Amino acid sequence: MGKEKATIVVFSGDLDKVMAAFIIANTAAAMGKDVTMFFTFWGLNVLRKSILNLRAPNILQKLFSFLNRGGKERLPLSKFHLFGAGTFMTKLLMKIYKIPTITESLKIAKEQGVKIIACTTTIGFMGLSRDSFIPEVDDLAGASTYLGEAFDGKVNLFI
Amino acid sequence: MPIIQTSRKMKEMQVGQVLEVLATDEGIKKDMPAWCKATGQEFMGVDEKEGEYRVFVKKLKGLE
Repeated sequence: MGKEKATIVVFSGDLDKVMAAFIIANTAAAMGKDVTMFFTFWGLNVLRKSILNLRAPNILQKLFSFLNRGGKERLPLSKFHLFGAGTFMTKLLMKIYKIPTITESLKIAKEQGVKIIACTTTIGFMGLSRDSFIPEVDDLAGASTYLGEAFDGKVNLFI
Repeated sequence: MPIIQTSRKMKEMQVGQVLEVLATDEGIKKDMPAWCKATGQEFMGVDEKEGEYRVFVKKLKGLE
C-alpha cells in the first residue's frame, strides 16, 4: 500500500499504559502510518464487554472473570490505584485537561483506520469468545499475524 | 490531540490552503514540524503568547 507500518502490542490493561498506547497509535495514524494494535493478556480487558464470562468452558475461567471483569471504562491505574481512587482521580484530571478517554481514543483510532486485533491465545485460556468483545475489534489473531505485521513495520512497541 | 485534529482538518482542506491551529500544548512547537515532515506539508511557523500557541500549516499535498 505504500504506507509505513507501526505495530503496538498492548499487554497491559492499566488505564495509564493503555492511554499511552492509544495516543501513540492515533498520532502515528495522523502521520499517515498504517497502525496495528495487538491486544493480549490484560490488554484484552480494553476490548471486552463489561460482563461476566459465565459461558466459559470451565469453572476456573468463570471465577477468573469475577476477579477480572473487563471493560475499557474499568481499567485500573498501574500505580496508586488505591482501590479505585487512582482511576477516579486520573479520569477527573483527564476531563479537566480535555484528554480523550479510552472510549474516545478508541473511536478516533477506528476513524483513522487503526487495526484493532485481539489475541487468540489469551482468548483461549481465558475461555472467551467473539461475543465477549466489543464490535470495534477488527480481527481475532495470534502471534504469527502480529509478527508478520511487526517485521514489515518500522516502529514496534510493547506496552 | 492538536496533531490528530490537524490531520483530520487537513484532509478536508484543499492544496494551497493554510490551517491555523490553536493549542495550549507546548509540545506542538516540535510536534507540528515533525508531523509536517512526515506528511509532506509546510510548517509555516508558530506564534507564542501567554501559554497559547498559534501554528500555521499549509497543505501542499493530499493526505492518505
